[in-house]
Amino acid sequence: MRINRRTKTIGWIALSSAFLIAVTLLGCFWREAALITDFSRKNLAPCKEYLFGTDFMGRDMFVRTITGLSLSIRLGILTAAASAVFAGVLGICGAVLGKGADSFVTFLIDLVMGIPHILLLILISYACGKGFFGVVVGITLTHWTSLARLLRGEVLKLKSSQYIQIASRLGMGKLQIAVNHMIPHLLTQLFTGLILLFPHAILHEASITFLGFGLSPEEPAMGVILSESMKYLAMGKWWLALFPGGLLVITVLLFHMLGDNICKLLDPGSAHE
Amino acid sequence: MKQKTIQIFLTGTLRVILLIFGVSAAAFFLLAISPIDPLQSNVGQAALGAMSPEQIEKLRAYWGTDIPMIQRYFTWAWDFIRGEMGVSLLYRRPVGEILRERAAGSLGMMALAWLLSGGIGFLLGILAGAKRGKWQDKLVTSYSLLTASTPAFFLALLLLMVFSVWLKALPVGFAVPIGVEASQVRLSDRIVHAILPAAALSLTGISNIALHTREKMIEVLESDYMLFARARGEDTGSIIRRHCLRNIAFPAVTLQFASISEIFGGSVLVEQVFSYPGLGQAAVNAGLGSDVPLLLGITVVSAVIVFCGNALANLLYEVLDPRIKRGNGV
Repeated sequence: MRINRRTKTIGWIALSSAFLIAVTLLGCFWREAALITDFSRKNLAPCKEYLFGTDFMGRDMFVRTITGLSLSIRLGILTAAASAVFAGVLGICGAVLGKGADSFVTFLIDLVMGIPHILLLILISYACGKGFFGVVVGITLTHWTSLARLLRGEVLKLKSSQYIQIASRLGMGKLQIAVNHMIPHLLTQLFTGLILLFPHAILHEASITFLGFGLSPEEPAMGVILSESMKYLAMGKWWLALFPGGLLVITVLLFHMLGDNICKLLDPGSAHE
Repeated sequence: MKQKTIQIFLTGTLRVILLIFGVSAAAFFLLAISPIDPLQSNVGQAALGAMSPEQIEKLRAYWGTDIPMIQRYFTWAWDFIRGEMGVSLLYRRPVGEILRERAAGSLGMMALAWLLSGGIGFLLGILAGAKRGKWQDKLVTSYSLLTASTPAFFLALLLLMVFSVWLKALPVGFAVPIGVEASQVRLSDRIVHAILPAAALSLTGISNIALHTREKMIEVLESDYMLFARARGEDTGSIIRRHCLRNIAFPAVTLQFASISEIFGGSVLVEQVFSYPGLGQAAVNAGLGSDVPLLLGITVVSAVIVFCGNALANLLYEVLDPRIKRGNGV
């Protein structure tokens, strides 16, 4: 039996979302277990009982990794959603409210893009006094730019399209046009943009935590796990970095693929290929 | 036409100046509203508790925490324009001096990574586009997807694990050998120490440019003039050389100049892993140690580099692309 691409795409979506949901839920359940220290089992290499080995305090790395990933995924969803809303509001405002607002929004986009991402994250995290709050605000405020630029372009294109022109000649107000004719058109763009923001948000959360500006060192976060493992690398404890990092890469990869596949399904041009 | 070019150039310059001003103001504002007390983080809670109020007052004056924010910004900006970037609180030396020293270390490494990722990414993109759907294409796109999902610091960790700890082929970190006097360090030592950081940076940088070039390549290959070229009997090599290269090179150049910001961001992470004494590591230290003048200096310098890169890309586009030149003249 030949499976067509649509079925295959849906299958991939189901598989990757199942994995991601499983990791998220497991991590929530194992929150306590990730903090248990037991010095009778410290520095164990990976074995049947401890799949990813244990660290210098005898913590089970597999449990810690899953908990960290779960935290990353939840944080990623929160920040990507906030960022997408931000992008939507600014992008649409810039394009609809006239020239002044538009040049302000483009200036803001250029400004945020002018500072290297990580550096801006460091600055914002510092401004918020580091910690959880700093990460959330930082990632939200740095990831909206490309999506806002995309949406702005889309609105400008829509504005010159015939059906919007006709609607405006028929006497519809600006707000009415925006709500009735533009937003339905933009929702798919916003949604796909949102999904494609997840991987970036997760990667940046891990990076900023790795540098020591993000989540506090007591949390079992991916950045914390990997920055701790760095100290033990030279001693040959390779499993502390390899497995958690590998699982992080797989998770982000699945998010990427999930995003691509959902985009394919939502885009009428490629939905039935 | 000349007048128009000058006008474009002038508005562009003005915009960049305005943006740099905006970046510095934003960074200053962010650092000023921070609840982290520079006194407490530098002196330490215990030491601060043991001090007399007069001593604390003196320290406060040294850090200038009692002056209003806007006044502080303009004093700082005016000094910065005149070349006095203040004194780093961590290193107790002028910020300008530290920036020069650090930039010398990391700009070379970043430039190497930038050129490598651009060149390799471009070639891989052409290959993938030309062999669309074949195994070469699949290999390049899956590689790109994989590196796009890998944080730069994890890749750096992997390289460190394999080449330094396991194979012991390359040094674990730093920019120069340990225990060697500064005057004795050879250029080859510096290059050997820069290999792994540059590799980590360029390996992650390839994906973006490769995917982009692949898209453009496919677009060009599907065009009518390509069909005509094939109908004339030209072989693939000459088609790529004569008809594709110029069309896909311009967007690739623009994209590569726009990626300077990404390379810079990646270098912060990679330098941290390799303890490479560059601008990125200085930024992390400054942030963790509440060294506001140094962090501000690094932010402004990196923004200047990024904006100059963008401006250069625009300029190159205008010089190289005949279509845009003609558009200006009419």
